[in-house]
Amino acid sequence: MDHPNTIEAEKLVREFKKGPRAVDGIDLHVEAGEIYGFLGPNGAGKSTTVLMLTTLLPPTAGTARVGGYDVVHEGPQVRSRIGAALQEAALDGLMTGREHLRLQAALQALPRNERAARADELLERVGLTEAADRKVRGYSGGMKRRLDLAMALVHRPRILFLDEPTTGLDVQSRTALWSEVGRLAREDGVTVFLTTQYLEEADVLADRVGIIDHGHIVAEGTPDALKAEIGRPTVEATASGPDGRAELTEVLERFGTLVPSSRGVAVRLDAGEAGLADVVRALDAKGCSVANLELHQPSLDDVFLAKTGRSLEGHGGDASEPE
Amino acid sequence: MRTMADQVLLLAQRSIVHTARQPAAIVFPLLFPMLLLAVNSGGLRAETHLPGFPTKSFVAFALAVPFIQGALFATMNAGTDLARDVETGFLSRLSLTPLRGAALLAGQLGGVVTLGVIQACFYLLVGVVVGVRPAAGIGGVAVLLVFAAMIALAFGSIGAWAALRTGSPEAVQSLFPVFFVFLFISSMNIPRNLISTTWFRYAATANPVSYLLECVRSLIITGWDGEALLLGFGIVTLVAIIGLSLASYTLPRRLAR
Amino acid sequence: MKRNLSVAQGVAWRTLHNVFTNPSLVIPQLAFPLFFFTAFVGGLSRIHNVPGFHYAQGYTAFQFVFVLLQSAAFGGVFTGFGIARDFETGFARRLLLAAPHRTGIVIGYAVAALCRWLVTAIFLTVIAFAVGMKVGGSGIDLPALYVLAAIVNSAAVLWACGVAMRLRTMQAGPVMQMPVFLVLFFAPVYVPLNLLTGWIHGVALVNPLTRVLEAGRSFVAGSPAQVAAAYGAAFGLAVLFAWWAMRGLRKAEAAG
Repeated sequence: MDHPNTIEAEKLVREFKKGPRAVDGIDLHVEAGEIYGFLGPNGAGKSTTVLMLTTLLPPTAGTARVGGYDVVHEGPQVRSRIGAALQEAALDGLMTGREHLRLQAALQALPRNERAARADELLERVGLTEAADRKVRGYSGGMKRRLDLAMALVHRPRILFLDEPTTGLDVQSRTALWSEVGRLAREDGVTVFLTTQYLEEADVLADRVGIIDHGHIVAEGTPDALKAEIGRPTVEATASGPDGRAELTEVLERFGTLVPSSRGVAVRLDAGEAGLADVVRALDAKGCSVANLELHQPSLDDVFLAKTGRSLEGHGGDASEPE
Repeated sequence: MRTMADQVLLLAQRSIVHTARQPAAIVFPLLFPMLLLAVNSGGLRAETHLPGFPTKSFVAFALAVPFIQGALFATMNAGTDLARDVETGFLSRLSLTPLRGAALLAGQLGGVVTLGVIQACFYLLVGVVVGVRPAAGIGGVAVLLVFAAMIALAFGSIGAWAALRTGSPEAVQSLFPVFFVFLFISSMNIPRNLISTTWFRYAATANPVSYLLECVRSLIITGWDGEALLLGFGIVTLVAIIGLSLASYTLPRRLAR
Repeated sequence: MKRNLSVAQGVAWRTLHNVFTNPSLVIPQLAFPLFFFTAFVGGLSRIHNVPGFHYAQGYTAFQFVFVLLQSAAFGGVFTGFGIARDFETGFARRLLLAAPHRTGIVIGYAVAALCRWLVTAIFLTVIAFAVGMKVGGSGIDLPALYVLAAIVNSAAVLWACGVAMRLRTMQAGPVMQMPVFLVLFFAPVYVPLNLLTGWIHGVALVNPLTRVLEAGRSFVAGSPAQVAAAYGAAFGLAVLFAWWAMRGLRKAEAAG
């Protein structure tokens, strides 16, 4: 029987003793070959979900099937189909990159005559050939992450779990990793379950996004569809002088709903982009002195804000008027 | 079975390579016991003048101590390494592979035992160089090496249990004083029958480490002492069984699968 | 001078606060010397019967002096561990930035080490008397022993400080500890100097701590001997390691 490379969860719960419900009844369905982005702030339950789906943490309630196998009762089968690069790079500082891959290959029972070649192939793929024989404790953060990814791919898994793979990486390393993940899904048909707190990452990489907050999935869909739900762009104005803010607020309030802004005054335009011209005219008519005026298209942060009343990226704080 | 053996070998290799790449983990268990032997042999030589002291050579008497000390240091190092694997998530990485839990433990302990035997050979060599001749001969040396392997297994399993239980290198290292106490409140520096302080003599008699020391000592000084061998091997076997049981019980919980 | 003292006060207060509010730091500093005292006195008291062993106050007092000096020396080293940790965590940089006169930092650590040791010394002394240690001599002899031990403590902390400031990592621990251990144990630990034979007798003869140890035992016995040599050795080590620590401080400053 050919098992699908899907991920399914139904009412999945994880409760810790004397602690909160880290995951509180989530339902998931990730199609084969899809890149699913699991987006949420720190402490939302992303990593806990990954640990359950990769059989490293038993659920308190609910069920999950990965690759067609139950995570609780068919753990070895699940593990044979998945690769995982978890939140901590989990490398041995005294081993070289090549030794890590060979150990992983041996433990995954790759035939002996394939191990060295597979290690070389993966080292080249993640750009670590030159550093392959150096001990990992001398690697940069980006190099460790790349090695981590390579180790997750040793046994050619059909389903890949990446838990915040680019946290702490520089732009170049991040872009390189995105490129590799995209290639895996497009060319190799690998199903990717990716957790992240970076909006851009979810936006760029994911076919579909699930947004989690306090253990619940609060929104799910393609990035474009989610943003289209919010629909309306935001206009943000910054006053020239310290006294202009109240005036700006009075004018802008007429054209939409106030939303948090760290720099000035922002409203979500009721009339969409077409309302911008009216805003400009109104500001001019009132004689407001404006240092800066920007139009923002909806972002996943706006989606998060709309669903939870909080900004995912930490600035703005709670909205004064919930959507 | 073959896969299990492969896994054990793989992890034992990693354990040994790991230790070899930490100079302090090799040098300390080898040199520090020798240093202490040198210091104590010089400082306590006068003890051989006490009536009833079993040998004229304090080095021969004290040579038993490094076997226990060295196993203790190696255990701390191995336990700390395993705890670090837990702490960094490397153990989670291993548990995502087809690796069997028993192989993980066996591999780890296999590494510790191998190092324990290497250490024992070193201590014996140093002993021979400074003039000690094991009274039990070549056969006794072979028995001694087997005993050293068992001591390493016994202490190593306790270290592994502590590592799996706590997942913290610092917690494993905090066991060191406990082992240290067991080592000092024993017949480490003086035969039990010559300890004049009553409570200390009782404590040393109740302390299993005394019998481990006396087992090694009997092979070096006395020859074939059935009672000492029986007690030593019996106690080390018991400690190994306890340690392995505890470690085996804790391992599945740590692997959480 | 005043600025130095205020820096020293701040550093000392912080170190002592960290130690005495942290059981995992306090307990070993008390437990280890007590343990050695128990193990040596309890296990080796028969050695007092070895022909030629003449010490009227008994083996308990004989070992008390060694354990007191050992606690002083290792007390200094343990403070050195804390200095290394401060460098590793970056806190030392904060001290270097904040202190207008950085000599005060070293003084502060030394004062903290001394205060820590005084607690241990009082504890050990109470235990020793409780188990019946006999002390000869006047009310000057015993304080003289403690002053000598205090100088040893300062020498040890200055040694450890110099190492910590050069290496700036917790891995400097064995580098700090091993030489102190060797100096302590290559002295007449278990028997008087006249009963040591062979190579160890030669080593103990040239070991400066032998003078300190023998003088300390003579204070407890009430017949002070080798006092000048002992104080000279202890002061000499303290001065040498004060220079060592200050050079270490300059290296740490240069490293940034």
